[in-house]
This record gives sequence, C-alpha cells and structure tokens, in this order.
Amino acid sequence: MALTNLLPDFMVTKLDALASLLRKHSLWPMPFATACCGIELMATASSRYDIARFGAEAMRFSPRQCDVMIVAGRVVMKMVPVMQRIWLQMPEPKWCISMGACASSGGVFDTYAVVQGIDRFIPVDVYVPGCPPRPEQLIRAVLDLQEKVQKTGTIDAREFADRTTYEGPTPLARELAPEQAIVAPGDYRTATRLRPLPLA
Amino acid sequence: MPLQSASPVLDDDIAGADQEFLYTLNFGPQHPATHTTLRLILTLDGETIVKAVPDIGFLHSGFEKLGEDLDFNQYVTIVDRMNYISPVANEIAWHHTVEKLLGIEITPRCKYIRTILAELARISDHLLCIGAAALDLGALTAFLYAFNTREKVYNIIEATSGQRFHPSYTRVGGLMADISDEVIELIRDFVATFPKAHSDICRLLNRNRIFIDRTKGIGVLSKEDAINWSCSGPVARASGVVRDLRKDEPYLAYGELQSAFKVVCGKGGDCYNRYLVRMGEMLESWKIIAAAIENLPAGPVNVDLDDKLTIPDKQATYRSIEGLIQHFELFMWNRRWETPIEEVYGANETANGELGFYVVADGSGKAFRARTRPPSFIHFALFPLLMEGHQISDVPAVLGSLNIIAAELDR
Amino acid sequence: MATLDKLQAKFPGAFTTSSFRDNVRVLVNAAKAPTVLFLLLKFLKEECGFDMLTELGGIDYLNYPNATDRYCVVYGLTNTATGERLWVKAFANDPDPELPSVVELWNGANWMEREVYDMYGVRFTGHPDLRRILLPAEFTAFPLRKDYPLRGYGERHNFPIVTRAES
Repeated sequence: MALTNLLPDFMVTKLDALASLLRKHSLWPMPFATACCGIELMATASSRYDIARFGAEAMRFSPRQCDVMIVAGRVVMKMVPVMQRIWLQMPEPKWCISMGACASSGGVFDTYAVVQGIDRFIPVDVYVPGCPPRPEQLIRAVLDLQEKVQKTGTIDAREFADRTTYEGPTPLARELAPEQAIVAPGDYRTATRLRPLPLA
Repeated sequence: MPLQSASPVLDDDIAGADQEFLYTLNFGPQHPATHTTLRLILTLDGETIVKAVPDIGFLHSGFEKLGEDLDFNQYVTIVDRMNYISPVANEIAWHHTVEKLLGIEITPRCKYIRTILAELARISDHLLCIGAAALDLGALTAFLYAFNTREKVYNIIEATSGQRFHPSYTRVGGLMADISDEVIELIRDFVATFPKAHSDICRLLNRNRIFIDRTKGIGVLSKEDAINWSCSGPVARASGVVRDLRKDEPYLAYGELQSAFKVVCGKGGDCYNRYLVRMGEMLESWKIIAAAIENLPAGPVNVDLDDKLTIPDKQATYRSIEGLIQHFELFMWNRRWETPIEEVYGANETANGELGFYVVADGSGKAFRARTRPPSFIHFALFPLLMEGHQISDVPAVLGSLNIIAAELDR
Repeated sequence: MATLDKLQAKFPGAFTTSSFRDNVRVLVNAAKAPTVLFLLLKFLKEECGFDMLTELGGIDYLNYPNATDRYCVVYGLTNTATGERLWVKAFANDPDPELPSVVELWNGANWMEREVYDMYGVRFTGHPDLRRILLPAEFTAFPLRKDYPLRGYGERHNFPIVTRAES
C-alpha cells in the first residue's frame, strides 16, 4: 500500500494500531445462525451476557454491513452455497467465527447431508468448541478475534495478502465420479435460482 | 375479520411470470425474520402476497438416518437437537416411545421429574416463541424479558444435568441422575417468581396497540382447516380444536395432576389468538410445576436393576459383579436391549404440538426405523394457506406465531 | 373394535390386522394397496370419523425379519371427536414403488407424502406437486433407504472451495 511507502515506519505502526483499536471494538457480526447455536447466540446478545460490552452487539443481517460472520450451527448441503455467497458479499476486512462443534467439524452429525466443518469451504479465523458453546465461550472467541485484529493489523491488508491459499484441513477425497456428482446446488452463483439450468 | 383475497389474480390462473404486474420475491434462506433457515418464494402484487411457496431443507441433517445407527440411549443426544428451544421435551418423548416399546413402567419419582422438566421446557419454548415474534414485530423489550426468564430455566436444567442447553438427561427406564435438593430449591424459586415475569410480558403485549394491529385477523386458520391440515398443539387449539394429549391420553404424571391444569383454547385462529394461547399455556404449566414439585414422590428414579434395562450407577458398576456385567451388556454393540420384533408409535404433547416417534424394532438394541412426527413440519405446510392475500409485512407475524423450528422442520 | 368390524364388512379380505400396545393396525399388502388403499382411507374418513391424518411416514423393510414387502407407508389416523387412533400400513415394492395419494382427503398429507418420496422414492399417484422437499432437487439418491450408507457417497464434499484470496 502507498501509505507504507510514504510514512516513516513508526507512524505506520501507530496508525495501524489505532485503526485496529477502533476496528476491533466495533466488530459488527453477521449472525449466520442455522441451528441450536443460534439460540445461544441470541442468549449472548440478550440481557444476562450482553455482548454489547465488547462492542459486538450490532448484529446486521445484511452481509454488506458486517465485519465478522458468526456461523452458528451445522451447515448442510443445501446451505453451503448460501453461506459461501454471503461470505463473498461481505466487504474486506472480514473475519469468520465458526461457532460450535457442528460448524467446526460436523459434530455429532456425521451423516450424508452435513458438511464436516465449514473450513473446508470458506476460511475460518476462530473456532469455538462446544455443543452448543456457552455464551461465555462465544464472548471469549470475540475477545480472541479482537486480539487477532490488533496483532495482525489491517490497514495495509498485510494479513490478508499473506493468505492466498486454502487454509482448511486436507480436502476429503471426492468419492463420486465427476459425472455422478451433484453439481448444481453446489455452486453459489446459481443456488438460489428458481428454474433449472439449461443443460450444457 | 374474514379473510378477503386482496388480489383478483388469486382466482385466475397464476401463471406467475406471464402476468406482468406480478413479481417474485425471494425471502431467505438467510433473513432476520426467518430466525433460522427457511426460504419463501413470494409472488407479489404490489405488497400483497398472491402466492407463497416455501422451500425447506436448508437444515436437513439426516436425524432419522442417525436414529437407525445409534442405540436407544445414544440417540437421545440427537433428538435433543431437534427442537432446540425445548430440548428436554424431545428426550422425554423419545424415551416415552422406547419405554412403550420395551414395556417399561417407570417409577413415580421419575414420572414427576420428567413432568416438571417437560413443563419447564414448554415454558422456555413459549417464551422464546413469543419473545422472538415480538422482536420481529418491533418490540425488543419483550424479547429481553423472555430471555431473562429463560435463563432461569437454563439454570435449573444446568443444575439438573450439567449442561445448560442440551441436557441429554433421560435414559431408558429412568434418568441420568436424581435431582438434588438444590434443584428443588431452584424450581421452587422459579415457581415463586414466574407469575411476575409472565405478567410483565402480558402487560407489554396484551393491550399493545401496535402488536394487536399487526397480529389480530392475520393468518386466520379455521377449525376445519386445522383438522384437515393435521395441526396440533397451540396452533390447533387457537383455532378451537380441543385436543391436548396431556388430557386425552395422559402419560407421565399428568394422569394424577389432571385437576391442576386446564387446556387453553382460542376461537379466532389468528396470530393474536395463538399468542394468547401460548401465554395461557405458560400459566397452566406453571400450575403443573407448582403442584408436581410439592407432591414429588420419594424413591428411586430408575426401574429395578434386575430388569436389566437401565444403566447401573457407578457404585454398582465398580463394586458389584452384577452391576458390571449389566453395564457391559448395555454398552457392548452386539448386546444391548432385547426388543420385540414390533413397532410402536408414542407421542407427547410438546410445546409445538404432538411430537411423536414411530419406532420399528428388529430385535436388536437399535431402532430399525426412528420416524419422527415433527409438529413444525406439519405447521409450516400451512404457511401458503395462511399467507395468501396478506401483506408482505405480515410474513414475520405469521412465521413467529407458527413457531417454526428449523431443525425440527428439516431434521 | 367397532371400526375394524365395519371395515371388515365393507372390504372383506382386503387387509389383515395386528396390534401392539395401544396401536391397532390395518395392513394392506403390496398387491392390493394400489386399488384398495384410497377407498379404505376414504371410508375411514367419511364413515368412521377419522378426520385427522396425524402422521404419515415411510419405512424400508429391507432385511427386516419376516418381511415380505419392501416399502411401507404408515398412515396414522385420529378421530378428533373421540380421540381414537388407527394405523393403516400400506406396502409397495421395487422396482417402481407407487401408492395412491391421499391429498384429496387430507391436505396435511401434501408435505408428508413429498417427504416420503424424497426419502424413499415411493411415488404417490395423483399428488399435485410431487417434488423433493428436504434434499436439493438435483440429489439423485433416496437417503433413508436401507442400502444407502449413513455417510452417503460423498455428496457432502462436492462443493467449490472459497479461499481468502478469492473472496
């Protein structure tokens, strides 16, 4: 970035720290709540736990306004393209919290329909264990994310520039032959259309 | 107010796209008013809904397939996650069916504890339903009040089982553990404080002009339709179907507590009636809990160890050879229970309606088929019927009043 | 049970009965189901007062002890006036399992029949809108059939990956 070249180093560090300080205390979550964890997410936002103490209470259901996507609950075949599309709609800088065992690894649902961890298909920054995690754990995850934002800094997008490759676990073997694979619902570009695609 | 179709197009052939002034709106799968994951494709004439087509399955996770893979005690962790705003009620319904299959008569104390927990679950379910419905209609305070009371229920569940959300508390023929005196105190405390919390919400909503305007006369369901569309629970009762399994087919301790509660019914069948029925049911549940906690029988919570059906406690497992053998028998994958080669349907009245399980047993300790009768699924089929002719702003009101839980909807 | 006697008089030899605990069942085998089932359910609804279809679910009896037919659809009927319940089981077989749809009688059957079709591939003739309901429309298998593995054939892994650089 141009800023890095123009200013002396210590200034950049300070500016970066300042930007990160402001940014980390006003994380706007995008609650991608699908299942049980969504209720705990609601509990975290309501009176007893009050996530507003950590500046992350402004839940916006519009991905264009959000910084951090909280995937709460298991993600299944039909939902993956939707999740990917929402992730792509969020503006940079953006982070992702994978809340709960189901979102992180599939949890108890090792079945034909459930994706075994969302990190296979989108990048994830913080994993929260638990089924579902207690609100305290989610708050801890938000704090961890704040620490990450502060440490890595985002003003010159250093953090994101380094991360060009796939970060998730080793992709599982695709067990279907290409001609058998179900293609259409898997693509976030076409998943919400109303009429079938014309055959290629 | 009788439902008038606001659009003349309703009666014509809705070829949709041919009619230029109709347009299609995609609603969901990720939308604040859907709470969880469901998608609606609305055909609109201005703001009036001409046709609504729900698209579901965004949380289909293969519960029933897992039910064929896990044994009767293991599957309780999965049914927990089915209606996740009242998990204990699902467990009780599941083990109610399994015990019906195995022919187990559980102990009186176990019956009472399960009854209390089922009613607590009903309260927490209705609280969330009402709080979230009010939130969608613009009343944040009711949501916060509801969650405050829900936290108390969570505390009780946590003290009972160690997990605040998904307790997995029931076992075949009994419970994971007996409840402690501390839990009884917590429940007594809840009984003492609940009416205040309940009346707070009542005062916020019952005569709230905005709330009434947005719910009265919206989504009217007639009694005939309610029966024809297989409705149950508060949705059916708000339309005047007097049917409550707690009264009609008493299970657990409801037979003995018949005099403690009444069935709450409505006549109008609209969203406001469904809200009132839920509020009324919470008070009835409160009465049941108050009666049950004071009449809690003493004695064991598990059926007799000699029946070889329940998991022995740690003391018996480690200190006696019989307990150890039985523990092994129930945990080895090729032993477990001996079931009759039969099938059985058992149902409980949960907060959403009749939650039933149809279990087919093939003689092994696992279900050959564990079919769920999900009330949310059945109620959501009503949605196009309730929605036609209404405005698009009525969608959250109707969704909120049906209390659609995605995990139960899709399983 | 009075209902069963009435049913026996109306449809002699069309079904067998069984019972377990409080469930009373009427069984219609695969040969008779396509012709008899709809009339039988209609009779139960209109003459015997079973006005509510409480439950409709599928079962796959592959490798079940003493099973003769493979697919089964269970209809749980309730008489809302008396609270009486009756279970009707209708069977169907490969290669083309088919049963008459009861949406004409009970609207509530609409989604439940779609679910059975989605999970077992049992087709309901006369259903107004028989599409997949829970699984994506492009899904090819019927997952609750007994010969479909719990973890599937890997459909859950067939998605494009979005990396940080792409987003």
